[in-house]
Amino acid sequence: MKHEILTAGVDGSDELIACTVCDALHNVVEMPAGGRLRCVQCGAVLLRADPKALDAILASAAAMAILVISAVFFPFLRIQASGFSSSARLTDTARAFAEGLTAPLAVALILVIVVVPVVRAVALFYALLPIRLGRKPVRGARKAFRLACELRPWSMAEIFIVGVAVALVKVGGMATVSFGPAFWELTLVVLIVVLESSSFCEKTLWRTIDLTSRS
Amino acid sequence: MAHHRSDIPVLTAAEAGLVGCRHCGRVSAPGTTPCPRCGFELHSRRPASLQKVWAWLFAGLVCYIPANLHPMLETRFLGTTTSSTIVGGVVDLAHHGAFFVAAVVFIASVMIPVAKFFVLGYLAWSIQNRVALSRHRRTQLYEAVEFIGRWSMIDVFVVAILAALVNLGIVMSFNPGAAAFFFALSVACTMVSALSLDPRLLWDMAEGTDPE
Repeated sequence: MKHEILTAGVDGSDELIACTVCDALHNVVEMPAGGRLRCVQCGAVLLRADPKALDAILASAAAMAILVISAVFFPFLRIQASGFSSSARLTDTARAFAEGLTAPLAVALILVIVVVPVVRAVALFYALLPIRLGRKPVRGARKAFRLACELRPWSMAEIFIVGVAVALVKVGGMATVSFGPAFWELTLVVLIVVLESSSFCEKTLWRTIDLTSRS
Repeated sequence: MAHHRSDIPVLTAAEAGLVGCRHCGRVSAPGTTPCPRCGFELHSRRPASLQKVWAWLFAGLVCYIPANLHPMLETRFLGTTTSSTIVGGVVDLAHHGAFFVAAVVFIASVMIPVAKFFVLGYLAWSIQNRVALSRHRRTQLYEAVEFIGRWSMIDVFVVAILAALVNLGIVMSFNPGAAAFFFALSVACTMVSALSLDPRLLWDMAEGTDPE
């Protein structure tokens, strides 16, 4: 990969990008497919030339929305002990907190494991699907993508799954636990999140939105 | 690492009299805001970044104390009620022989939050004072903290799942304790603290302070 540091003044014709980690200025140079432009100072990835990135992001956004929504409606765990049995859906886990001091936590829980992942998925689709189809970004695309970027750290469906696994071990000795279909769907969410984060480069996507809305 | 060469003099956007966007990297003339590319507020360095880091960090620390003193989970099993704190829960797991899971919970609810307090405090302090650790190392610390912080929520989810799932009448049931609330609040505060830190401040120090 070639990259140059801008050492002279800015002549306006060359496109510049500043590293978001260390503020070093770079000229944007053409990259081969699969190439990355890395910051010369701190090594952070500035831009990626990944023709499949939009596909991967849209696919994982769609999967995320479908999986989280279905996990709300189907029970994901069933437990039995001494003739008693109960099963839980995603919404029940929030209801567990719906008393006293922990009540606000119920709202927060539903937000981070259901609402935020779904809203993010919808926003990503709204912002990026037209670009994937070769059209100009629709009005409000930037606002939608900005929302998706801001919500990113607060989307915790995948952390919830690890929590489920730990909870199972805790009750494992006392009762019989069986998994519902939604549990396996939620497990898929973890894999999807990994896939998504590997192709999600905020700076590249912003540049794509910018370039496609100009042409 | 092969991909960066710190011996080369590097011009930053700020030194060139320009403003680089924290979110999309677009370079604009000073005074431009919001960023014409992404629409986020545009600042050369995020204003009051350190104050926000310290404020949220302190709030997180304050919440972390009751999170450890109050019970996280009340377990009723065959008529007896026991309540356990965060650390107590880890000890219980280890007693049952579930060492791997005990380790996961211990790392997520004790090691990561405590390490985060120290790392964020150290990074904020290092911006104001000369420190031995290089800018590269500190950036790696920052990225690690930003990435890993959300995973502390595991224990809160565990409590929620147990309380929701396990309601087998008199045989066994779980109830969440007040600590779940304080702990979740503490994690959220430190997440905001990490997000408030402008990593470019770590790089603003003169070359001489960087031993690499």
